[in-house]
Amino acid sequence: MSGAQLLACILAVPMLGAIGVALTRHRPNLREGVSIAAGIVLFLLVATLAATISWDAAPTLVLAEPVQGLALALTPEPLGMLFALVASFLWPITTLYALGYMRAHHEQNQTRFYVAFAVSIGAAMGIALAGNMLTLFVFYEILSVATYPLVTHAGTDKARRAGRLYLGLLMGTSIGFLLLAMVWTWQLTGTLDFTPGGVFGDKVGSGMLSVLLVLYVFGTGKAAIMPFHRWLPAAMVAPTPVSALLHAVAVVKAGVFTILKVAVYIFGIDTIAGLAAADWLLALAGFTILMASIIALRKDNLKARLAYSTISQLSYIVLGAMLGVVAGAVGGGLHIAMHAFGKITLFFCAGAIMVTAHKTRVSQLNGIGRRMPWTMGAFAVGAVSMIGAPPAAGFISKWYLVLGSLDAQQLFAVAVIVISTVLNAAYFMPIIYAAFFKPEDPAQDQDAHGGGHADHGEAPWPILLALVTTALFAVLLFFFPGAPLALVQRMVAL
Amino acid sequence: MTLLDHLPVLVVLLPLFAAPLCVLIDRARPAWLLSLIASLLSLAAAITLLMQVSSSGAIRYQLGGWAAPWGIEYRIDLLGAYVLLIVSAIAPLVMVFALRSVEKEIPRQRIARFYAAMLLVFAGLAGITVTGDAFNLFVFLEISSLASYAVISMGSDRRALNAAFQYLVMGTIGATFILIGIGFLYMMTGTLNMIDLAERLPAVSETRTVRAGFAFLTVGIGLKLALFPLHLWLPNAYAYAPSAVTAFLAATATKVAVYALLRFLLEIFGVQFSLQAMPLDLILMVLGLAGIVSASLVAVFQQNVKRMLAYSSVAQIGYMMLGIGLASTTGVTAAILHVFNHALMKGALFLALGAVAYRIGSVTLRDFAGLGRRMPWTMAAIVIGGLSLIGVPPTVGFVSKWYLVLGTLEQGLWPVALLILLGSLLALIYVWRLVEAAYFGQPPSDAATLQEAPLSMLIPVWILVGANIYFGVYTEVSVGVASRAAIQLMGIEG
Repeated sequence: MSGAQLLACILAVPMLGAIGVALTRHRPNLREGVSIAAGIVLFLLVATLAATISWDAAPTLVLAEPVQGLALALTPEPLGMLFALVASFLWPITTLYALGYMRAHHEQNQTRFYVAFAVSIGAAMGIALAGNMLTLFVFYEILSVATYPLVTHAGTDKARRAGRLYLGLLMGTSIGFLLLAMVWTWQLTGTLDFTPGGVFGDKVGSGMLSVLLVLYVFGTGKAAIMPFHRWLPAAMVAPTPVSALLHAVAVVKAGVFTILKVAVYIFGIDTIAGLAAADWLLALAGFTILMASIIALRKDNLKARLAYSTISQLSYIVLGAMLGVVAGAVGGGLHIAMHAFGKITLFFCAGAIMVTAHKTRVSQLNGIGRRMPWTMGAFAVGAVSMIGAPPAAGFISKWYLVLGSLDAQQLFAVAVIVISTVLNAAYFMPIIYAAFFKPEDPAQDQDAHGGGHADHGEAPWPILLALVTTALFAVLLFFFPGAPLALVQRMVAL
Repeated sequence: MTLLDHLPVLVVLLPLFAAPLCVLIDRARPAWLLSLIASLLSLAAAITLLMQVSSSGAIRYQLGGWAAPWGIEYRIDLLGAYVLLIVSAIAPLVMVFALRSVEKEIPRQRIARFYAAMLLVFAGLAGITVTGDAFNLFVFLEISSLASYAVISMGSDRRALNAAFQYLVMGTIGATFILIGIGFLYMMTGTLNMIDLAERLPAVSETRTVRAGFAFLTVGIGLKLALFPLHLWLPNAYAYAPSAVTAFLAATATKVAVYALLRFLLEIFGVQFSLQAMPLDLILMVLGLAGIVSASLVAVFQQNVKRMLAYSSVAQIGYMMLGIGLASTTGVTAAILHVFNHALMKGALFLALGAVAYRIGSVTLRDFAGLGRRMPWTMAAIVIGGLSLIGVPPTVGFVSKWYLVLGTLEQGLWPVALLILLGSLLALIYVWRLVEAAYFGQPPSDAATLQEAPLSMLIPVWILVGANIYFGVYTEVSVGVASRAAIQLMGIEG
């Protein structure tokens, strides 16, 4: 297959998967089979594209031209390739996990769930491979709309309120700021193509560029930078597979991916270095990192703690993008992949605990490690990756981020990363300690169902298989960071 | 002369002659069939005309073979053909929809007369777009207005009578103003032919009579198109008219009035006079913005969904006025484009509301509780139409917003751009109230028997929904013709 055909297939497979799921709605086993098959095919397609692509002559697939001179087009570039690889690799694994989770949890409307899931992944592929800002924006909005039914899946009042916050913040910022920034860029330069080195040249003054940069960063609500972060904890009302894949990988990564792409390909790393707004945004990212960590420290609900941890980790990437040095962009790009494996593992574990032991709070987890050794072992790996300690993937990206901060002589950024590492350890380590070393507390064994689940063992096998796989990769990426590193370095070398 | 040469007049005569036939037949089904055939034939004629005009320039047609300025001349240019296409494409869709809807809402013995009046509305609107004679335009405007007072009054709610009367009073004042304005122009130039008027007016444009005529015409047309603050007749008229009527008028009547405004302002008076010598650019921009913000705010608080969308229409007209007020090619392109796009969204939305009214009997927000499950296709159409209203890609609303924001940024009016986007966010709020009611509300206990709307309603709705997405991605026709028409309009005296 030629590159353009591959691109067309990558976009079509999730949509066909969604249709297939809808058609097989009366036969759950077949339905989930379709989902997993679509996921595997998608990953193979993306991997084929990554393996065969020549960056000097990247293929382009033009879908349409809604604005004269501005096409809806897919053109892969290294960073997008990395994002697409990560998201498509984790989709079948999450489906496997969801199969165990949704059934064990007796969730309703599972067909709608899998359809919306597939469409979301398709939209994430569109974001990852978008050839220009308009295409990215179109898929960005499709992703917002497609994930809404997933967030509000429970259909309760709480879910409804969460959905309101979710869509209000994501769509409000993107229509209010991102669209404005995009049209403005188009009006100033006549192009929205992702161009190595940026599109502005010397034509636009730095004051204007600063305003635009702020609009772009705030417009990307999916990056959950404060003060537009509230949607992410609210979205935790969704079933855990959604929190895991979408709110730890696809949606939030789409956000920081957008910011990184804008920084590298619309502004250019060198231009960012000279902008006053970049310094303010750097400070804001640093503030978000620390503040979110402190809030995470105080959250007893496990998923809420993970959500704030995500907010904090996302701002690492924004910080990397705003440093205005090559190593910062490399660190940010790597962190997209490295954080994904660790965080999805943590969410998988949280969900496993919820369906097996019916526990949602950190304070209930005393001694659970002895009943669920695999789950909590994987949790420990994920936590180490979050902290950024070897031997886990998080270490690699953090290394580059610190390197970048030193390069840019931003001691503030170095301090933020160091303090946040300590905070990360402070909110993850006690969980692991309690799980393995504290004795079980029978009084805590009351749950929402009113009965105890004291005799539970490990989670169902699909769940275990999924979370052990992702934990394994979180470690493997520490020892073999070659593929993602090569892609990210290719991005800054273009 | 072959039949093809007579198309400009046939497009009007077909519905005009079919109308009395409907009265003579005086039976519901045959009258419906006749209306459908007449409107389909008009559609075919309109498509042919647009293709002719697009390839070989404006068509001039002497009525009865009398040459202008003695006879009445029909003259179809790109803008006219474009608006004619909108009107005659909506008409057959509404006719198909009307079959079941009207049987439920209007007593059987009046149905044939209803179709006769609808055809007269259609004939009048079509006539406005093809005529090249100012007085003839007034005549057609009155034909369509008088007929629309009649069809509005046929609404099943008794308040429809009051609404129709209110509209009649306001509409007649508007018509009188237009007549006075045309009279003044005739007094000063001795001609009613639009091209002659455009040639002779500059010589006398400094006179008070011409300026008074200009003011009368602007206010008169402003009343017809529901320009804020002359919009007070619209919400009641739309809310209480039969469903099919609301959909038809919302999608076409105000659009044709916008056409008349463009014709008078930009062609007859000329850009120089209307938007530069007179301060109308500023007036339109301010009134447009006031309309966008205030009508959207009012829409947020409506309980009757038809009324809510009616206020939304007032806001959307604000966008068109704003585009004209920008007095640039991009601005006018945006205005003309939004005429087309808004017809698609409001057509789809009001038809879908009609389907709800058909099943439930009324359309207050409370009636929508739980409809997401009972009428999935209708509600899905409303959601997509609503997204288009907000301006989410890939729908037509997004393309409109794009050009409008681009037009404002071209002139450095970024606060105006922000207000436009604020309008989008308000639309998000009022659309989402509806979505939440439909998907999260508890259906009343007697709702178990509620079924999806019949196919004869769903098909026209989904054709329009499909058009909302198709023209949001493939814009060669919609944007292409709009921008060429705008260049013609701006080029005449610009």
